[in-house]
Amino acid sequence: MNTFEYLQPKSIDEAQNNFNEKSRLFAGGTDVLGLLKDHIESPEKLINLKNIPGLDKIEYVQGSGLKIGSMVKISAIAQHPLIREKYTVLAEAAESVASPQLRNVGTLGGNLCQRPRCWYFRGDFPCLRKDGGECFAVDGENKYHCIIGGEACYIVHPSDTAVALLALDAKIKISSNGKIKEVPVNDFFILPGDDILRENILQPGEVVTEVFIPEPKANMVSRYLKFTERGSWDFAIVSVAAVIEKSVNTIQNARIVWGGVAPKPWQDLEFNKNLQGLKISEDILKKVTSTLFEKAEPLEHNGYKVPLVKNLTKKILLQIA
Amino acid sequence: MKNIEFTLNGFPMLVYVDPSLRLLDVLRNTLGLTGTKEGCDIGECGACTVLLNGKAVNSCLVLIGQVENQNVLTVEGLSSHGSLHPLQQKFLEYGAVQCGFCTPGMLLSAYALLQENPHPSEDEIKDAIAGNLCRCTGYKPIIDAITAYSR
Ligand SMILES: Cc1cc2nc3c(=O)[nH]c(=O)nc-3n(C[C@H](O)[C@H](O)[C@H](O)COP(=O)(O)OP(=O)(O)OC[C@H]3O[C@@H](n4cnc5c(N)ncnc54)[C@H](O)[C@@H]3O)c2cc1C
Ligand code: SF4
Ligand code: FES
Ligand code: FES
Repeated sequence: MNTFEYLQPKSIDEAQNNFNEKSRLFAGGTDVLGLLKDHIESPEKLINLKNIPGLDKIEYVQGSGLKIGSMVKISAIAQHPLIREKYTVLAEAAESVASPQLRNVGTLGGNLCQRPRCWYFRGDFPCLRKDGGECFAVDGENKYHCIIGGEACYIVHPSDTAVALLALDAKIKISSNGKIKEVPVNDFFILPGDDILRENILQPGEVVTEVFIPEPKANMVSRYLKFTERGSWDFAIVSVAAVIEKSVNTIQNARIVWGGVAPKPWQDLEFNKNLQGLKISEDILKKVTSTLFEKAEPLEHNGYKVPLVKNLTKKILLQIA
Repeated sequence: MKNIEFTLNGFPMLVYVDPSLRLLDVLRNTLGLTGTKEGCDIGECGACTVLLNGKAVNSCLVLIGQVENQNVLTVEGLSSHGSLHPLQQKFLEYGAVQCGFCTPGMLLSAYALLQENPHPSEDEIKDAIAGNLCRCTGYKPIIDAITAYSR
């Protein structure tokens, strides 16, 4: 690893005043340090956000919703009794992240802003996402790459919590040079077609301060299912988050989001609409999921993800309804 | 270079180091505490596990600057006055140690669990050591040793 300056500012202003194009924000460091070690990124300055007061709070206001600071640890989200009860999908997604050791250090902000896991990107390949000349995955080892939303680059977004947060209709708060803006999760993440060099809208030096999740309806239930290749910890091959409002076993409203399939958490608003008013049964689910991802364009080795998405979606809806 | 103070195995510690070093480097190289092992270096194997404020973390992915004024426990802090911690005894008794490379990390993940939850179920034990790879024993003796200790 190269050497670098290490700062622990006490306010967001101080962090942003010290930021220049050779800096990286640093939260738990579980992703940043991996990138540094492999020389994918070589910042001269790391700016740790941990001494900035107020970023590590979880606050619930009844009737309004839940605020989670960006420096809250993934393990704290997984274990939080209120999140487990009211926002189950998020607790389950957090619990599925990495290993206990990494959850104890990794933060929500870092989880949302982590870089992709494409092995060419992580390895010694000058690919498009590193401002190089070609994508090595498109004709290479692309078993874990995206089946939809790719354009020139075919990463999947690695964050589990992002998938749950989109299903929960959360908003992300960003501090940008003294101003605060709030964007829906869906507008936070971007596709390679928008900008191939980054995965979200953040401009250099902008800090995610908080995630806000609105109060769930009384009849809301939610779950997260993650399919991995190995039994123990791993990134998702495909994951699905389901947030459903239901009466008895009829779906009134559904928000389904998939991970592991696209460069950002992926939803199909048409599908969500089709679920409205449905009485859950194996037959009905088989029918509605049969046309999912018809627009998918799998690469040579990842076509298996299409049936996997359908089956996981069926499974989660059966579990939940 | 920078002075960094933290608590190590119950004692105050002051090191004068480059803040771009990892906790693992400082423990092994600066302080000569080689009980903490260096395996994959990228957060995948758990051999480098130590406790930070009572929670298991991978010291290969923690910078020394991050532990300033915090509390660190390594495997050297488990034994006292040259005698093994009873959890270590159980590991020996149950054949949970072969090459021993994963053992320090395994012990600390188990110790963190037992501090919070003195009588864990088998599933809770499995979850707690999910970030610790062992290439030798096949986990059963390790889980048995932890279970035996918790009884
Ligand atoms: C072995 C291994 C397995 C993993 N498995 C999973 C998994 O299964 N699922 C999953 O979702 N993730 C996984 N991760 C990825 C990730 O490291 C963690 O999920 C973690 O949450 C990242 O948080 P951090 O605080 O350590 O981020 P950092 O490494 O500190 O930061 C990550 C990125 O986010 C930026 N950043 C951090 N905080 C902010 C902020 N507040 N505002 C703006 N930018 C910010 C940093 O500049 C950096 O670019 C894994 C990582 C490893 C090493
Ligand atoms: S998929 Fe994207 S990150 Fe991977 S090699 Fe292609 S351009 Fe690079
Ligand atoms: S050496 Fe740290 S997890 Fe493998
Ligand atoms: S005893 Fe050899 S790796 Fe576990």
